[in-house]
Amino acid sequence: MNQQVDQDHAVQVDHHHDDHHDDHHEHHEQNFIEKYVFSQDHKTIAKQFLITGIFWGVVGGLMSVLFRMQLGFPGESFPILETVLGKWAPGGVISPDFYLALVTMHGTILVFFVLTAGLSGTFANLLIPLQVGARDMASPFLNMLSYWFFFLAGLIMLASLFVETGPANGGWTAYPPLNALPQATIGSGLGMTLWLTSMAVFIISTLLGGLNYVATILNMRTKGLTMTRLPLTIWAIFLTAIIGILSFPVLLSAALLLIFDRSLGTSFYLSEIYIAGEALVNQTGGSAILFQHLFWFLGHPEVYIIILPAMGLVSEVMSVHARKPIFGYMAMVGSILAIAVLSFVVWAHHMFVTGMNPFIGSIFVVVTLIIAVPSAIKVFNWITTLWRGNLRLNAPMLFSIGFVSLFISGGLTGIFLGNSTIDIQLHDTYFVVAHFHIVMGISAFFGMFAGVYHWFPKMFGRFMNNTLGNIHFFTTIIGAYLIFWPMHYIGMAGVPRRYYSYEAFEAFNKFGDISLFVTTVAGIVFIVQMIFIINFFYSIFYGKKVTEKNPWQANTLEWTTPINPGHGNWPGEIPEVHRWPYDYSKPGAAEDFIPQTVPLKAGEKDLGH
Amino acid sequence: MGTGLISTLIVVIVLIIVVQIAKITEFSAMLKGEGNAERESNQINGFLLLITMVVGLPLLIWSAWVFRDIFLPEAASEHGPKIDSMFNWTTFWTGIVFVITQILLFWYSFRYKNKRKDQRAYWFPHSTKLEVIWTVVPSIVLTILVVMGINRWYEITGPAPEDAIIIEVTGKQFDWMIRYPGKDGKLGSKDFRKITPSNQLGQIWSDKANHDDIIVNELHLPLNKPVLIKIHARDVLHSFFLPHFRVKMDAVPGMPTQFWFTPTKTTATMREITGNEEFNYELACAELCGKGHFSMRKLVFVDTEEEYNEWLAKQPSFYESSIKGTDEEKKQMADSYEFEEEKSDLAQSIN
Ligand code: HEM
Ligand SMILES: [Cu+2]
Ligand SMILES: [Cu+2]
Repeated sequence: MNQQVDQDHAVQVDHHHDDHHDDHHEHHEQNFIEKYVFSQDHKTIAKQFLITGIFWGVVGGLMSVLFRMQLGFPGESFPILETVLGKWAPGGVISPDFYLALVTMHGTILVFFVLTAGLSGTFANLLIPLQVGARDMASPFLNMLSYWFFFLAGLIMLASLFVETGPANGGWTAYPPLNALPQATIGSGLGMTLWLTSMAVFIISTLLGGLNYVATILNMRTKGLTMTRLPLTIWAIFLTAIIGILSFPVLLSAALLLIFDRSLGTSFYLSEIYIAGEALVNQTGGSAILFQHLFWFLGHPEVYIIILPAMGLVSEVMSVHARKPIFGYMAMVGSILAIAVLSFVVWAHHMFVTGMNPFIGSIFVVVTLIIAVPSAIKVFNWITTLWRGNLRLNAPMLFSIGFVSLFISGGLTGIFLGNSTIDIQLHDTYFVVAHFHIVMGISAFFGMFAGVYHWFPKMFGRFMNNTLGNIHFFTTIIGAYLIFWPMHYIGMAGVPRRYYSYEAFEAFNKFGDISLFVTTVAGIVFIVQMIFIINFFYSIFYGKKVTEKNPWQANTLEWTTPINPGHGNWPGEIPEVHRWPYDYSKPGAAEDFIPQTVPLKAGEKDLGH
Repeated sequence: MGTGLISTLIVVIVLIIVVQIAKITEFSAMLKGEGNAERESNQINGFLLLITMVVGLPLLIWSAWVFRDIFLPEAASEHGPKIDSMFNWTTFWTGIVFVITQILLFWYSFRYKNKRKDQRAYWFPHSTKLEVIWTVVPSIVLTILVVMGINRWYEITGPAPEDAIIIEVTGKQFDWMIRYPGKDGKLGSKDFRKITPSNQLGQIWSDKANHDDIIVNELHLPLNKPVLIKIHARDVLHSFFLPHFRVKMDAVPGMPTQFWFTPTKTTATMREITGNEEFNYELACAELCGKGHFSMRKLVFVDTEEEYNEWLAKQPSFYESSIKGTDEEKKQMADSYEFEEEKSDLAQSIN
């Protein structure tokens, strides 16, 4: 084991990242701004991403509570809504336009700001240098910029909530012509301009972050840390970053063309449109479907950008707390790779009923169902990891188990939707809403919670309270199933998504009870999340102190740093790696873990090759 | 004011309670000693996980049983049962996987929790045999589902029969416009530039095929006859959705789409089946199109052939009843001296 003296206070190290044996300890005092605001320390940036993500999580969650109120209590007046929302809730009833704005903002915020930036940003930043044994990211400066572009994107989106015509309200997928023409919907004016601007800035942030992650993982691994000795967290983040680098630029071009259609009079997406008493005679010849192809070329990889990091976190956390190697490490890496590649060729399964050629549709059916195989492999491997383990059922472990449960439930409904025949009926109904909230939304949150509870000691030198974590887990998993399971049923009945009210339709208006039930549980689950938030902020200041470097008895490198590592992470030399990260309960070893820094014994076989 | 105070108070109280729980549990853990407290909490959590599964799983399955009637509503088209059986096959296979994996997941979590200090996990880093099994088995099941699905998909989306009745449906914010071709069986040509308040579809009056076209407010379909719906959109995306007929197809401005199907149950039959005197088929919009998206409802009737023909015969031609000799016609004729040249390409882009 690495024999270094703990140093509880920050050690300032300037970052000669190419120099792995760097011991120039340059002691220059950082002021508050440098240390906490415009920090270039990856650990601080990780915290910035996390706390900003939590902020957006609360905002986005609150929005869903608001629109669920309309669905649970259609047309009922809540005077407080008028007080808060003013003209958007005349007489205390949310207006149809604002209902759609809430749905749109909820989706955008949760998908991009919370589950992309909040999740990847936090854990890529925290874990890459710590787990690959680097002093910081390849470019700490660009890394800092990545956060501040994210911050700026958030500010722009926030501002759009307060403009006269309201925020974008044409769905998080921003399909034109609805989102191209201000006369089509009120949110398609300034609100949409701000939405597009914010997304463009956000994409810059993602690319800066992603390039950094890839460069760091490829070039700055410490001595002995081969690719096959990388923890699965790093593998997942690595491929996530590559997917992002390849797919986000496509969204940027989709958005650019939309901006041109909106403000320069082009017609990439417009054709033969008569709207608001006027025929758009100069804007013809485009294709609204083209946008969908471009959008989903990002959009589908994006869902894996969200879930892969969560999978990585869960694999690592599960192995540590099961005291057992992750089952089938190579298969896990292989399936992440397969998912990453396949995620680029399934996008049109979102478009089976857009009038696409049925033959093309059938190709996408095949590829889509192929992608279910690596997903299945991962599930079986996680379950086998638990088998005959020695499980610590603490909060991070519970959330990992919950993740697997949710991923199974949501993944299986993907098999319905991926079959174009069934999708004729289910497309754009609540069944889809149920599918992606379970498999992506809630699952990714569970992965993130597992990560936060597990690495909180590394971030803040204190523990989060475990009992509160347990309460948080059980209420959330039960609540999540109660909210989203019934949505399958109403989706099968044909109830379309993004409806302000179901009263008008005989076929859809009989589910008022279910709707009310869902709204009630959603409210409770939202409140329960406050337990997490209180626990989080309380523990930063008053949580139980971490007293040993490696409180979980884990193998990976981050636990060889001091309890509160300074800028540069290791006060002395960066430790060398001798083995894969999953030697838990290895026969013949005295302890039930062998850190990666421990040399192989004579004749001992390393599973990392 | 009052509610504000009360909610602030509640928030503060909840905050205090939560923080107190945190402190108490930490204190009691200290008294019991770390390891013991951890194992005690393992016991509780393991038990709770098991309960969650043992209660939750039957509850989910039971709920499926309770709500089975609302699931896929009675199918009323020839291809409907094909979609439903595909759904049921998928439910069957995924159901098996769902139950087995969830049981194993929660059971192992309960069974293998840490109970004793000297307990150790079993070293089992991989097994090629197992991994091959669970790559191959899902692949086989998925292949079966894909083959079944794609066969049906081709049947459903294949070319419409020659004798299919053509009906045109156009989505606009926030309504559907329905047009029947009239006696000649042909829909007249149209052009979005010709749209006026009295000519909502932009029909071109110099095209004689337009003169017998019928515009109605309800969709009527004959029993057991294939119908081919030509789907258009005038402003933004919409989606033509008939839940009972298992029909859904997007309506795209500038790009006509279509869907053909054969209704198999009249409205009267369906009223008997559902025991609902007032039952009606409905047409809904399934693609977000703006603030009135939720209100794009039209009634749909499936009539016996005689009823259908009788109904159709009663509908006046739109041209005869509302256009002929009006300003609308005169104005369009006057405006379109340049029309003759464009006519041929327009006709192409429209059909
Ligand atoms: C097991 C394999 C999966 C299959 C076969 C699958 C299939 C599908 C299909 C066909 C749709 C389109 C449904 C429709 O709009 O009609 C869909 C929607 C969606 N899926 Fe999946 N899925 C799978 C796993 C996942 C995973 C792992 C995620 C995310 C982590 C995910 C996230 C989404 C999202 C976000 C949407 C809806 C987007 C929207 O329309 O707003 N899916 N899925
Ligand atoms: Cu997808
Ligand atoms: Cu609509």
